[in-house]
Amino acid sequence: MRPVIRDVSLVLAHAPSFVRLGSKPLRELRRVDAPLGYLLPYLRDWDAACGYAPNQVFIGNVGVDDLAAHATPWHRHPVGGAQRFGPDGEIMPEHEFLGLLAACDGFDLLALDRDVADRARTALDTHPLIGRDSGRPAVPSGVAPDVIRERIEKHRAVPLLGVDGRLLGAMLPGHDEDDTLTGQVLMENLACKATAALALRHLLARPGAVAATDVRYVINCGEEAVGDRYQRGGGNVAKAVAEWAGCTRATGSDVKAFCCGPMHALMLAGAMVASGLHDDVVVLAGGSLAKLGMKFQGHLKHEMPIVEDVLAGFAAHVARDDGTSPVLRLDAVGRHEVGSGSAPLAVVKALYTEPLGRLGLTLLDVDRFSLELHNPEATEPAGSGNVPLNNYRTLASLAVVEKLIERADIGQFVRTRGMPGFSPTQGHIASAIPYLGHALRGLTKGTLTRTMFTGKGSLFLGRMTQLSDGISLIVERNG
Amino acid sequence: MELRGRKVIALGERDGVPGPALAECASKAGADVVLTLTACYV
Repeated sequence: MRPVIRDVSLVLAHAPSFVRLGSKPLRELRRVDAPLGYLLPYLRDWDAACGYAPNQVFIGNVGVDDLAAHATPWHRHPVGGAQRFGPDGEIMPEHEFLGLLAACDGFDLLALDRDVADRARTALDTHPLIGRDSGRPAVPSGVAPDVIRERIEKHRAVPLLGVDGRLLGAMLPGHDEDDTLTGQVLMENLACKATAALALRHLLARPGAVAATDVRYVINCGEEAVGDRYQRGGGNVAKAVAEWAGCTRATGSDVKAFCCGPMHALMLAGAMVASGLHDDVVVLAGGSLAKLGMKFQGHLKHEMPIVEDVLAGFAAHVARDDGTSPVLRLDAVGRHEVGSGSAPLAVVKALYTEPLGRLGLTLLDVDRFSLELHNPEATEPAGSGNVPLNNYRTLASLAVVEKLIERADIGQFVRTRGMPGFSPTQGHIASAIPYLGHALRGLTKGTLTRTMFTGKGSLFLGRMTQLSDGISLIVERNG
Repeated sequence: MELRGRKVIALGERDGVPGPALAECASKAGADVVLTLTACYV
């Protein structure tokens, strides 16, 4: 039984107040005299984040080719009539996201200010998918400001300050003597759970979607290390998210491979379906709070808004062949193996030439390649370059080496088979996944025949190996 | 540049040329690679 990808959801949560809690801003702002005022001019309101063209591409309202033709810089040219909801998901405003966080907190460690909680509850209760009657946990009552201050001063709670410096709430640690359960760590984990849960509820709300109770296995491939001091990164965010979304007959586990996690997870989900172990498997991941504002210094230097102000999440449904949904080709998985080497040409050959060759295909048989899709407007001001463009050029160079195109055609190859980066710099999310919604539409209702998704993981960052990682997957039209 | 007998720090980038690839080249050119690191800018 060959597996198909039935559907995918892609969501963003605008979280400007959380930018200060990102790893880089948190460290850098300690050296600043007035940290609140320092970032304030560069934090966007929700209208700006919603109208930001890359975000509209992320939720499927704007196509990748339309983005390529969109005026730059994107942050100065918002999309007219931009909508919160799109075919792939939504961009949730922060005041509502606070309520979602609180509703996902099963241990009452996050305390919101009373007014903040009331506003969040009112907003979230009217959400079309996770409203008051959706069966989700309620947004708990808030507390008085002096209670929040006491938690911060006496119990090491992490303060959550609004963009304007107002005290919105605080996150208590989960244990007095556990560095893996500090308020900061738990806030990161809760943000990951909440955005993954939002994505899963979007997926389950699609017309014809699998019933929540028919989902039998959930694989989380987010990068957060959920655990305690005896099992740092112990895991199973998957089950926590499944529980929240009402998948009562599901179990699950986490798959970790840095930013390559989603590709491994999709492959494993496909294998579970193909083997007959499970008929309906969901692959999901939430966002990375630690990566908010990761390149903020470059944005400040160039007097532009901090565009890394959104948390991302996704969920994909892998199922038995239904005759129409795009097929996940398990017979042509590209693998960066231990012995593949690290030279760029060796890596791209392992991830592209070898798997395509197994099917008797070449690079020219793939309509679109999705790879690292980091938004260059986030990375270039910080000197990190245009990651997608560089990778597409490397891929086009492989096509030249294989005598498929002339050197002069590299630009055209990049334009027609690649796309501009549009993903927030949310690590594993940015790694190929954001194009999946566009691809599924193109492979069912559009003109696409075959797409290829490639994730890479920086395993060396964990200091256990010098290796990086990579997996590529072919997703093609059914029939 | 003559690398034979020189000490080299191989600092690479994942989406460019990773540290181990640089280290291998330097080593084959006779250098003493004392540190290999790869950076990830995303």
